[in-house]
Order: sequence, then C-alpha cells, then structure tokens
Amino acid sequence: MYRYDKIDQAIVDARVAEFKDQVARRLNNEITEDQFKPLRLMNGLYLQLHAYMLRVAIPYGTLSGTQMRMLAHIARKYDRDYGHFTTRQNIQYNWIKLEQFSDLLDDLSKVEMHAFQTSGNCIRNISSDQFAGAAADEVADPRPYAELLRQWSTLHPEFSFLPRKFKIAVIASEADRAAIQLHDIGLQLRKNDAGDLGFRVWVGGGMGRTPVLAKVIREFIPVSQFLSYSEAILRVYNRYGRRDSIYKARIKILVNELGIEAFTQQVEAEWALLQPLALDAPQSEYDRIIAQFPDPAFDPAAQDSIDVSDPEFGAWVDQNTHFHKQRGYASVTISLKPPAGIPGDASSAQMDIIADLAERYAHDEIRVTHSQNLVLAHVRKVDLHSLWTVLRAAGLATANLDLVTDIIACPGMDYCSLANARSIPIAQKIAAKFENDGAAQRDIGELKIKISGCINGCGHHHAGHIGILGVDKKGEEAYQLLLGGSGAEDASLAKILGPGFDENGIVDAVDRLIAFYKSARTGPDERFLDAYRRLGPAPFKDAVYV
Amino acid sequence: MSDPQIATLAELLAGANSSAVRIEPGDDARALLPHLGQLTLVEITFPKFRDGRGYSSARILREAGFTGTLRAAGDVLVDQLGFMVRAGFDDFAPDVPLDPAVVERTLARYPFVYQKAADARAPAWALREG
Amino acid sequence: MPHILTGNRLETGDVLWWNGSDWTHHIREAALLEPAAIEALIAEMKPAERINDLAAVEVTVEGGSYRPTTTRERVRAIGPSVRPDFALPSLPVETI
Repeated sequence: MYRYDKIDQAIVDARVAEFKDQVARRLNNEITEDQFKPLRLMNGLYLQLHAYMLRVAIPYGTLSGTQMRMLAHIARKYDRDYGHFTTRQNIQYNWIKLEQFSDLLDDLSKVEMHAFQTSGNCIRNISSDQFAGAAADEVADPRPYAELLRQWSTLHPEFSFLPRKFKIAVIASEADRAAIQLHDIGLQLRKNDAGDLGFRVWVGGGMGRTPVLAKVIREFIPVSQFLSYSEAILRVYNRYGRRDSIYKARIKILVNELGIEAFTQQVEAEWALLQPLALDAPQSEYDRIIAQFPDPAFDPAAQDSIDVSDPEFGAWVDQNTHFHKQRGYASVTISLKPPAGIPGDASSAQMDIIADLAERYAHDEIRVTHSQNLVLAHVRKVDLHSLWTVLRAAGLATANLDLVTDIIACPGMDYCSLANARSIPIAQKIAAKFENDGAAQRDIGELKIKISGCINGCGHHHAGHIGILGVDKKGEEAYQLLLGGSGAEDASLAKILGPGFDENGIVDAVDRLIAFYKSARTGPDERFLDAYRRLGPAPFKDAVYV
Repeated sequence: MSDPQIATLAELLAGANSSAVRIEPGDDARALLPHLGQLTLVEITFPKFRDGRGYSSARILREAGFTGTLRAAGDVLVDQLGFMVRAGFDDFAPDVPLDPAVVERTLARYPFVYQKAADARAPAWALREG
Repeated sequence: MPHILTGNRLETGDVLWWNGSDWTHHIREAALLEPAAIEALIAEMKPAERINDLAAVEVTVEGGSYRPTTTRERVRAIGPSVRPDFALPSLPVETI
C-alpha cells in the first residue's frame, strides 16, 4: 500500500498545524461558528446530536495493521471504545471533543492518517473495490489511480468551495463492487482494443433527494490523462452547478438539466483548453505509486483445498470468502453485522484483534467495504481455519455476507442530527428474526437491505434490493419501503412500493416481502432482486398491503 | 494606489473604455478574454465565501495569460487566502480587515502542494521527478 | 406547551440545558420558559459564540423531569437508544 514520502507527511503536518490554529482562533472568538464550520467540516468534524462526530479518512478503504491499531487507540483515548465503519469506507467516532481534536490529529498523522475532506463541499474520500489487488476479474489494481486522485484532490485550490460534496469511485472490473454508477464521477479501468489502459468515465450518479444513475461521458480516457479530464469535469461543475438549493446542488442535477450531450461538450471543450497546461502527473509518478501496490509475496505452494469438515466453519467459508486470483488464497469478509449488534460498529478490542490477524495472516492489509464490513484480501486457504477461530471468539465470524442480516444502516437518529428516524433499531428488529438461523438466511439467499434515516441516503437505500427510508410524519418516526435497487453493475434505483409504515409496520412488511418472494421465486437460485425484476412491483405490493 | 474606475462586465462588453472590471460569481470570466489587453485590474467578487466560482474565474484568467492585478473582493476570509493565491489572486479587498499576522502564517503554511494551479508552485510530482 | 432552552458546548459538544442562570448536563434541572423568553435568551447568547445550536425544545413535565415531545430531542437528552449503557441519568432510556 502507499507509504507517505516526506512531501505527503509535510502536507499532513501542515494541515494539522493549520487546523490547530483555526481551532485556537475559534476558541478565542476570533472567528464565528459560521466561519469556522466549513473549516471544521473540511477536517471531518461534525456537530451531531450528542457530541462532535469525527470521520477519519481511510483512502480507498485500505489500511494496515498499524493504522487499525491507531484507530483502536483513538477509540479508547478520545471516544467510547468503539468506531463505526461507513458506507464510504471511512470510520466515524461519535463522542469527540473539540478541545482534544488537535491531539487526536497528531496521533493520526503519526500513522499517515488524517480526516481531511471527509466532509464539506469538496472532493471527498475516493472509494474503490474492497477486493482490489486480489480479484481475478480486475484489469489492474485500481488503487494506484485512487491514490493519484487522492493527491490531486487534496487541498485543491479551485475545488474547495464547490456547490456541494463530490464523490469519486474507482474500479477495475466489469463487476462493480464500489457502486460507481451512484457516484458523482465513476471511473472504470479498462483496456482499449490496442491494449492500452484507460478509464470509462461515468458522471452524475447519486442518491439523496433526487436519485440518478450515472451516465457514460467518455468511453475511454488514457490513464495518463484522467486527472486533467477530471479537472475539466470539476471545473464545469464548480462554474455551473446550482448554488440556490442544497437539494439541487450535486453534479447529477447539472448533468440532468444540460443533458449528457451538452454536458459532455462543455467538459470536452474545457479539457481541450486545459491540455496545454500539462496538469497531468508524469509517467514517473504513476510508476512510483504503482510500485507501492505490488502483489504480496504469495506462497507459491499454498494448498488450494480447505478442510470444511466443521460445518460451522464450512458455512462461513461458503458465505464469507471470495475467490482470489492466486491459487491457494482467498479473500475474507469480516462481518460487522453480528446478532444483536450495530451494523458497522467495531470495539477497540476487536480492531486490535483484526490488526493482529492482518499482520499474521493477511500480509498486513485490511479493507473497509461500502457495506460496512471489513475484508482481509490475501489469506492462504490453509490459514482460514485458524483465522476463523480467532474471529469467532471475537464475535467477528458471522457467516452472513450479502444475506438478510447483512444490513446496511446509517447511524440514523440515534446519532445524527440530520436524521428523521432511527435506522439501527429497524436493522436489529429485521435481523432478529433470522439471527441464529443460518440455514434460513441461506435459503433466502442474497438480499441486500439498506436503511437510511433521512433523505441524504447515507445508508444507500436507493441501492437496496429492499430499501428503507426514515421520514418524519408529524414529529413521529415513519418509514418508506422501496424495492428493486442495486449498486452493482446491474445498477437500478429502488422505487417506493406504497404508503409508509411505523416501526413495527416496516419490520412486518419486510417479513411479508420475504415470505412472498419465497413462494413466488422460480427456485432457490433466483435472487429476491431477480424475482422482483421478473414479476414487477404489483404482486409484492399485494403481499405487503393486504 | 487609487483604483481606476471599475466597470461591470456588462459595461465593459458594451464598450466602456475601462482598464478595470468587476466580475460577479455568475459571470463568465471567458467573456473578458478579448479585452485582456486593455485591463490592468480584474476584481472578482465573493458575496459569500462559500460560493467558490471566483476561484475558477481567477484561474481561467491566469491561464488565458492575464498578468494584471487579480483582486478578490467581499467575503474574503483569511482561511481562504492560501487557495486564493494558488488560484491566481494577488490582491485582496475583504469586507472585514484581515489580521496581518494570521495572513502571514496562512500564506507560509504549506511547504508543498500536490497539484498544479495558477501560481508558480511546483506540484509534488514535479519535485519527485528528479 | 412548556419549553426549555438547549445548546451544545463549543469545546466538548456536550448537550446542555439552561437552568435559569447557568448550563447543566441534566435535563431535569432545566428551567421552564416562555418561548418569547427563550428567543430573548438566544438573541442575547448567540453573539458570544460559545454555545452552538441554541434552540427551544418543547417538553412535557413527567416524573420530576422533562420529557421532550420529539424522539429526536429525547435521543439527544438521553443518548443513543441502541446504547443504553451510554444513557444519561436524567431520563430512562425507555422514554425514547
């Protein structure tokens, strides 16, 4: 993975010093809260319901054991012993004090971490595929390009006061494990007919109040020019994105209003003007960064078979391990959706255990997925059982990847001042019905339930096979039910099924949906999503609204 | 230095013989390109600091070869100064005066920058190339 | 409907309640105020820029304490409903 050189470290150190200065000036009343707020947001610090919430950046979801241990340390020293992994591959802490924030930033900078640009109207964390570098279907590891984007977008002087936040995702396969069609810019690494490496560029995807799937703006941009091309897109957005309403300020609105052809023309024209300026990094910089993402030193004699005589271990292998490009290896998903747990939360003790496991069994690399789980991308099959035994003892071996209890839920109104309703209790109530019945969960099969506590959609409800949206109904919590969304390469936006529900009603509705699906599917191999796409909403609606 | 009479963009485009022009966030900076030869001062307004269109306007003018004074005027706060200088501004008319000590600290803050902009600073990748 | 005044401490983010003369962490110690009085207090306090998000919260008087009428404010007064171990003592978690 990428290691800072003295330039990267100096920039982080300067940013930390700058923010310390800004905090001091705020505490001295030299600047108002109104002036301080965007500065604090640009360092990832929100004021939430109970305290300040800090969102630490985990660039493209990759971190080392040492970094994970620091995240555990932060949780113990500055927070309440736990952290929450998010749908954008970052981590959030919920109980931070502003007066301690400078020390916390110092601690993070010691392990090459920070909280820059995880909030605010700027370019946010670049997200990527949690199996990058391990997946058999990738053209090349997308993460060096994510790193190039990270550097290019950090403290970019022209793009720090955009109309709204800006999210970029990078993948390198036809399969989409990073939901690129739901990002402001989606970059899909590919080869052209001549075998050159480049990106298919998508633009204008997003969820929230106006969900939209991204459109392809360019089928192929050579890797050597993708930064300047991104610059052209950002400049058109900065100049022409709406600034009259926060609900109309994302690039998706601009692309919709201009139409993709007109928008493309503007970007291409701007890009033509940028060409002579030599904004792109040179090949030497690409080579320097790519060299930091080599294959790990694989064991060429790694045994390719797994002893699954233990049925509980076997179920976990079936559900939570993913095919690895290297013979004898697998990628492991560590579920952060245990029975009666809080989706995405991990205790500091669990973080330390995962750090140890990464160092011992996974070439010291951990990934965060946008489904709020963790991944150890490179594990020898022969080590899986030992790894699983430790995970199991730590409550981290729930065999539920992509099953009904692998629910994505934003923090919701239990934590977030933007929320209209609580989401975590809904996730818990839904999951409780299946919790200790792996067979029942496997029988239902792949079912992605995604819950957001408000229209901002941090739970990605528009991309849920079943999506649930918390709304405010005359001061009471209420829930809308949506069906048929997908954030994968078969992207689609979930649609509202019918009238909303209260807390008990929505849980009951999900039960009815599952029961109907099981009765109507062509067989156990037909996923919920596919049954919905085949049958359409009408029979599901009938099943729910009897 | 006393300011020459600052024309609005509309006045300039209508033929005003001014060497100074003021552009608002919604104005197209490229409309000035045919007139750069007569301009010694372009003032770009920031009615609200959150509205970042002025940064693009500034950079566009520098990219087009404007070498005169580029002034940021209005809701200009010291914490934006670093970005503004990199975007090409070299003069500032803030609504609220800036603390010179903080200005100095702010402008000297970053020993390195990652990307090319309208200033002369070499991006990190250029320093690494050698 | 009775109202109380709330805010968040700048330095810590702590949720605070106005008891008539000072800020307290405990909602049960809050002072009931007329909305107009709260408006006046907010107008007076805001320029000092020390307490963030000053706002009036509507409550009912119950069991020696004050129960906010919205779930959001109850969560804010008590703690996350899913972490009863973090609950502040002024109101029971079940109140959410």
